[in-house]
Amino acid sequence: MSETLIVAEHLRGAMRDVTGELVTAARLLGNPVAVAVIARDPSRLEVTYEGVDEIVGVPVEQAEFENDVYQHALEALIAERQPEVVLLGFTVNSMGYGPAVAAKLDLGFASDVHGLALDGEAVIATRSFYGGKVDAELEFPEGRPVLLLIRPTAFAPAPSGGSPSTSAFSVEVPSSRARHVDFREAAVGDVDITTADFLLSIGRGVGEQDAIPQFERLAEKLGAVLSVSRPLVDAGWMPNARQVGQSGKTVKPKVYLALGISGAVQHLAGMKTSGTIIAVNTDPEAAIFNVAHYGAVADLFDVADELEKLS
Amino acid sequence: MKIVVCVKQVAVLGDEVEFTDDARDVDPDFLDASLNEWDSYATEEALRIRENAGSDGDEIVVVSVGDGDVEPAMRRCLAMGADRATRIDHSGSRDPITIARLLAPVVNAESPDLVFCGVQSSDAVQAATGTALAELLDLARVAVVTRIELDTGARRATVHRELEGGLVDVTEVDTPALLTIQTGINQPRYATLRAIKQAEQEPIQVVAAGEEGEPAYRVRRMFAPPKGEGAELLDGSAADIARRIAGIVQERLK
Ligand SMILES: Cc1cc2nc3c(=O)[nH]c(=O)nc-3n(C[C@H](O)[C@H](O)[C@H](O)COP(=O)(O)OP(=O)(O)OC[C@H]3O[C@@H](n4cnc5c(N)ncnc54)[C@H](O)[C@@H]3O)c2cc1C
Ligand SMILES: Nc1ncnc2c1ncn2[C@@H]1O[C@H](COP(=O)(O)O)[C@@H](O)[C@H]1O
Repeated sequence: MSETLIVAEHLRGAMRDVTGELVTAARLLGNPVAVAVIARDPSRLEVTYEGVDEIVGVPVEQAEFENDVYQHALEALIAERQPEVVLLGFTVNSMGYGPAVAAKLDLGFASDVHGLALDGEAVIATRSFYGGKVDAELEFPEGRPVLLLIRPTAFAPAPSGGSPSTSAFSVEVPSSRARHVDFREAAVGDVDITTADFLLSIGRGVGEQDAIPQFERLAEKLGAVLSVSRPLVDAGWMPNARQVGQSGKTVKPKVYLALGISGAVQHLAGMKTSGTIIAVNTDPEAAIFNVAHYGAVADLFDVADELEKLS
Repeated sequence: MKIVVCVKQVAVLGDEVEFTDDARDVDPDFLDASLNEWDSYATEEALRIRENAGSDGDEIVVVSVGDGDVEPAMRRCLAMGADRATRIDHSGSRDPITIARLLAPVVNAESPDLVFCGVQSSDAVQAATGTALAELLDLARVAVVTRIELDTGARRATVHRELEGGLVDVTEVDTPALLTIQTGINQPRYATLRAIKQAEQEPIQVVAAGEEGEPAYRVRRMFAPPKGEGAELLDGSAADIARRIAGIVQERLK
């Protein structure tokens, strides 16, 4: 039986959005869609997406994700169900076991896939290279299952609905070599960048820590809240709470003004649904221009100086 | 204690792109190179572990798969303070399963206590090589690590695994282990000019690549991404651009 198998992502008892997006991606491949829910009590996690044919509950002892558990469960599911394609989210959890399963079982594999299509029977995946500046179509070895890690937000979530069949699948998982102990929340900051209408967002293009006060002043003058890309937090120049992106905050201001931000996939994940995106970058090929509504190929300091004069 | 750090010299695409005649890759004339950002954090973390342990017997070995052109990235790690470098002579592959297969026997021969990879390479963004390698080495592993506390006596480590939204999953992992290192875990040191000069002279061991097997993917075609609806270009002088931006902002915030 040929099917597309999805492994649901959930965290602390809640299904994550990417699961619904995987369903949309899976539907493009035509085959029946099965969603595996690996959890202590799979029935408590609702999978209510149109287009799902079967929900496979895989009860395990661990309440939270552990990569040995997921690896083992997925290997057993593949052996049992022989799916043609397995789809996981390109998420931190999947990064911890997806490539291991592919290496062990010699599967076709690609990560950060943002486009899927069929060429005859063959799966063709699209992903980016060279820092998001170039796209590539990939093909996979014939006659083997293909495991793909799908970029979050690349596909629209499947609408809710559906009346899938349900089944249970039991696995013996070995004891984990990496064990979940505890969760620590991200630090709470002085400002909440998620509620701002106007974000002035600066990236590594500002070059040095000494440049930051200038943008704090500019933000105040413009009536904007200052946010940043990850490297400025990594460097200790700005607090965590100001970070936009996958490991920071997801924002959707009316206006997102990005100065010196290249538009890495993890940054875009946090801001690409903003109302109006304006990007200033010296590099005309910067990936940020692919999501921007307005773009200026210019030096951010020149533009910032002029903006300061205006306000 | 021995720590192996897998490092990659990444390609950096400049302001212009042209493709090779078979359209399967970017013309190398349009590429620059540097040490993968994540790998500089991984190297730094290895150096810090050694410094904190204060034991001179510890050894840090960098390993890279590539042709002679990737040696500058390896020398950058030597200049930071790594002890030895081994290059697995190979070119042309980038799929993470193949790279892991090529790394595995060489890393294994070192019998390391810890193996570090970067979370991802900035040019390919696969975030997969480390986890695949851990499997081939049959090592415990944790991906996307932002903090490491070693308990050498108990043969385990407590690490922070950084999830989406900055939530941290505190994880206890048996060692030896492979960890993929996230940026921000430390502040990588700058190599001094003297150290960079010295590293130029250090030998790099070159070993032949083993069996690479069938690739996990093949590139059919590379192309410039479609430009979406296309950003409206704001041109003119910086003053013109600033005026346009101010106008758009005023309009949208109304
Ligand atoms: C698991 C994971 C999670 C991550 N989470 C996040 C996240 O939440 N948020 C995030 O931002 N990143 C995140 N990242 C990091 C991400 O991959 C990129 O490394 C990062 O977004 C790059 O930031 P940047 O665009 O500021 O820097 P760069 O990519 O270095 O870009 C700097 C840009 O500035 C431009 N520039 C330079 N000088 C000037 C000038 N004078 N004028 C105008 N332009 C100039 C350059 O052309 C370049 O485009 C994550 C990575 C991983 C692996
Ligand atoms: N050619 C290579 N040689 C050595 N290590 C590599 C190579 N390619 C990738 N890696 C390692 O794998 C990590 C993740 O790369 P990737 O899976 O390509 O995103 C890098 O940070 C390196 O630690």
